[in-house]
Amino acid sequence: MQPSSSPAQTPPRANLAGWLYVLPLVLVLVPFFVAPILVVLAASFFATDGFGGLTPGFTLASYVEVLHSALTLKLYLATIKFTVLTWIFTLIIGFFVAYFLVFHVRNQLLAIGLFLLCTVPFWTSNIIRMISWIPLLGKEGLINQALLAMGVIRQPLEVLLFSDLAVVIAYVHQLTIFMIVPIFNSMARIDKKLIEAAIDAGASRFDIMRLIVVPMSKSGIALGTIFVVSIVMGDFFVVKVMSGGGSASVVSAFYEDVGVLQYPTAAASAVLLTLVLVAIVSLILRTVDIRQEITR
Amino acid sequence: MSAVLADMPETVAPATTKAIAPSRGQRPWTFYVLAMLFAFYVLALYGPMFCIYVLSFQDIRGGLVFPMKGHSLHWFVDLFTQVRTGDVKGSFDRSIKLAVIVTIITVVVSFLAGLGFRKRFRGDTIVFYMMIGSLVAPGLVLGLGTGLLFQALGLNASWYTSALGAQLSWTLPFGVLVMFAVMSRFNHVWEEAAYDLGASRWQSIRLVMIPVLAPGLVAVALFGFTLSYDEFARSLQTAGSLNTLPLEIWSMTLNVTSPSLYALGTVTTVVSFVVIGASLGSIVLIQKKRSSSAKG
Repeated sequence: MQPSSSPAQTPPRANLAGWLYVLPLVLVLVPFFVAPILVVLAASFFATDGFGGLTPGFTLASYVEVLHSALTLKLYLATIKFTVLTWIFTLIIGFFVAYFLVFHVRNQLLAIGLFLLCTVPFWTSNIIRMISWIPLLGKEGLINQALLAMGVIRQPLEVLLFSDLAVVIAYVHQLTIFMIVPIFNSMARIDKKLIEAAIDAGASRFDIMRLIVVPMSKSGIALGTIFVVSIVMGDFFVVKVMSGGGSASVVSAFYEDVGVLQYPTAAASAVLLTLVLVAIVSLILRTVDIRQEITR
Repeated sequence: MSAVLADMPETVAPATTKAIAPSRGQRPWTFYVLAMLFAFYVLALYGPMFCIYVLSFQDIRGGLVFPMKGHSLHWFVDLFTQVRTGDVKGSFDRSIKLAVIVTIITVVVSFLAGLGFRKRFRGDTIVFYMMIGSLVAPGLVLGLGTGLLFQALGLNASWYTSALGAQLSWTLPFGVLVMFAVMSRFNHVWEEAAYDLGASRWQSIRLVMIPVLAPGLVAVALFGFTLSYDEFARSLQTAGSLNTLPLEIWSMTLNVTSPSLYALGTVTTVVSFVVIGASLGSIVLIQKKRSSSAKG
């Protein structure tokens, strides 16, 4: 997959062939990704009658409303809080799980098996995996029952379910896999000879971790971060269900707006969120050439 | 993302390092700490899911938390016979049909795009970033945009038009990323040999590439099916009047507080597990057949 020559020098026939191959992909992405984004962008400038009817035009009223509302700041702070917490936990767990599988499991087949064990839930329903915390975290759930039985607490803890804690638990539960897979991939590519050379040169295990393993896993970490951040920032479902309605995020507020047919303000808030997301992702992309990484 | 799936053995290098993880003899203390972390992760990954499977087999007195109240299939029968829980059977049918259509389109389009991206062509970066954008964009926003677009064009939103497109905007980027990983391990010598022997482009694809890449294509199909079958955010505004299964589950989480919710969780997870098992099984079968015919 190494690019053989720069696109400018490719003969026109190769250009045509390339475009023919990706044409079906483009034919799906244009109407179902580019066009909807443009529609949302356009809707954010429209006026509304308050009942779902849109009047084409150009007004910044929705943006003014969104940016002036004290709620917006609160929503962004809540979203950023969830994003950062989830990112930290998924990164720590994901990094060490990948590290364990690549460097500590001696039997290769066992490592593959354990890796697949981690990935299987990715292909099952997220919603079901989320509600499966209810019998554990609930007021009469297993954790409270166990703590009561052990005498650690007298009253059942109510913060376990329908709280910010439950939201973060559900996110980490769903998204750690997005860290494990790319980090595992980049760690598996580290040449073991490099590490042996470092040992021969007198490096300690901590030095190896700090100077070889972490820097060489950077691209995996970057890819995982893009997944985790964009999913948490774009989510409304986990926040809505796991906080019991107590917390909100930018997209869950968007969902409420859509529910009451406030399309222009919803669209304006969506455009702002998309800009924030694009800024974060391009910042990450500056540290790693994602295309090189994926295709090599 | 899943080069790993297609041919794991090549990506995992045997652990032969001394200091980080000695290949024989005494294990360092970090092994035990990380092994415990891994065990805890897997337990937290599967534990809650098993709780709801177990709880779905209660009898009519059953509630949402432990302890189990009796054993029966009451809630499974309830699920498919009660009107109160909504049209589970219909949405189940639709979800399976939709997932099959999405899978077929995803495999064909991703395969072609994978072929196209092997060589650089003018504008390839635009297509690539369009794909990444489609992957990270908030699903609910895209769904709303697609819904509004259909409304503006005077088309009716339905699961087999707008929801199909919205889901493809999610499954195709995954499919193409998997193809990247698969293609990067394809030896171009085979293809050139086919041309040298007088094969046409179509013959080389049909007789050389597809058989060689078969395990990777199965992996793409697995992603296509499961991501579509569980897709929620993008379908919410685009499915029209008839629900898909995840939408049905979503409305159940809001108003059903009986174990029939868990029963539905068990049913959909069984379907997911069957699909995952069939895919992984056929990948293993293909690899095995290949290695035995290579020896013989």
